[in-house]
Amino acid sequence: MRTRLQTWSLLVGATAFLALPLASWAQLTEADFAPRLSIESHIGNVTGHAKDGKADYRRYCVGCHGTLGDGNGENAVWMQTPMYQQPRNFQLGIFKCRSTPTGTLPTDQDLFDSITRGFDRSNMPIWNTFTKQQRADLVAWVKHFSPRWVGEKPGEAIQIPPEPEVTADRIKAGRDVFARVQCWKCHGVVGQANGPSAATLTDDLGRQIAPFDFTDGSRPKCGDTDKDIYRIFMTGLDGTPMPSFADNIKPDEAWDLVFYLRTLMSQKSKEKDMAKQLGLKPVDPNAPAGQQ
Amino acid sequence: MKNRYSYAVVLSAVVLVCGLALISGRKVSAAGEGKITGTVKLDGVAPHMKGIDMSKDPYCVKAHATDPGHLETVVVGANGGLANVVLYLEGYNGPAVTSTTVPVFDQKNCMYTPHVLAMDVGETFKVTSSDQTTHNIHPLPNPMTGNIPWNQSQPPGANPVEKSWKAVEKIPVQCNIHPWMHGWFIVVKGPYATTDGNGNYTINNVPPGNYTVTAWQETYDVQSQKVTVAAGQSAKADFTYKAK
Repeated sequence: MRTRLQTWSLLVGATAFLALPLASWAQLTEADFAPRLSIESHIGNVTGHAKDGKADYRRYCVGCHGTLGDGNGENAVWMQTPMYQQPRNFQLGIFKCRSTPTGTLPTDQDLFDSITRGFDRSNMPIWNTFTKQQRADLVAWVKHFSPRWVGEKPGEAIQIPPEPEVTADRIKAGRDVFARVQCWKCHGVVGQANGPSAATLTDDLGRQIAPFDFTDGSRPKCGDTDKDIYRIFMTGLDGTPMPSFADNIKPDEAWDLVFYLRTLMSQKSKEKDMAKQLGLKPVDPNAPAGQQ
Repeated sequence: MKNRYSYAVVLSAVVLVCGLALISGRKVSAAGEGKITGTVKLDGVAPHMKGIDMSKDPYCVKAHATDPGHLETVVVGANGGLANVVLYLEGYNGPAVTSTTVPVFDQKNCMYTPHVLAMDVGETFKVTSSDQTTHNIHPLPNPMTGNIPWNQSQPPGANPVEKSWKAVEKIPVQCNIHPWMHGWFIVVKGPYATTDGNGNYTINNVPPGNYTVTAWQETYDVQSQKVTVAAGQSAKADFTYKAK
């Protein structure tokens, strides 16, 4: 006959033993990333080495992204608003700004560009003060936090045809695309981030998130060249509600949409002037399909 | 003339015989496999399924003009049968499922049909849209499992999205544009089944052996029991969840 004490200690012991792997899953340590310290990055002819990125990361990045790259640095608690996103959790290997299809890893160049560009409307500054080598090393260091870079290759960058000449017809065609794929559901008919679904948007971790407001002078987070804007809606911003439209917008139409989006932005542009001349009206959300 | 007829007769006979041979051949190869059938029930009063406010999108409101949309976290049919319960074999390591039908997840009237879609690891499934409004199909797996989240738009008339998953996982699916749209991709290893509207299910193509059958329901979670499947026979496993 077992005593009550024996039964209890057995139970507690068994529970502790079973919970052990769970605990180690939740609490990664630096040692877990050590096997991936040999990861490299390739930016043009520069090769970055993860281990060489450590010192810069510890000095400049750790405050927000944390020692373990989980986005839980000591400053992170101050960055929890829909507009100002929390720092990226590198352990998940999910990135907004990619040239690659949704659900695939970004290229080294994509990560390099993100570091160089910084993120408008966030606490991530522009890091173009680093040398190319430093940034390449940081890219490799960022990669070493996620096991995805061991088993997976980055996706193949989407093909972007050369930018055509802006014409009134193209702007009008872009407006039709905006209506057809219903960008306004989140971004609003004039791009004011006030579409019917805007208020309930959450990111992949369930945190409230705001759609991009085209009208307040902000720059898109993943770059503000025409090519960047093209890339944003064709690849989607993984980890956010912004989906990829690659299957539903043809490359030529995508340029039309870029031109139309320019007309919504507050920044001066020839597209904006042309739209004014055309007397272009915002899309009508209640118009039947194909009758804008 | 008569000659031609006899030709036709002989030809149809040959086709018939070949067809029969093919079908019976299939039966022979499947004879070794058994199946598991049963019913999943809810004991007690089913929780109230709240109505959904779809006023964000007039299209969705219109689609539900006569049949208002409700949450589908617990769907109970005749005699307390529980729908949308996925049944699978715990720790299965036999041959992969060779299904002839592709699992389809349709966006219809701003709801997911079915609400729960089960599939094998690596099995291709399709996401379609029957709606005249834009959806975005956004599964949220845990990337640590090896399943990587993606997010694709499906405007009216969009082509189906074809995908598969790498690892066993219960993956929530959502549409950000219509925040009430929540569904599930249940990725399992090996044969599986989902209960119909009355809680009935059949897991086909189960190689003979001893198994633990697990039932998963999105609100009431998992239950398991042991069954033995004999060659070519049908084993039974019924489950009952207590209503909460």
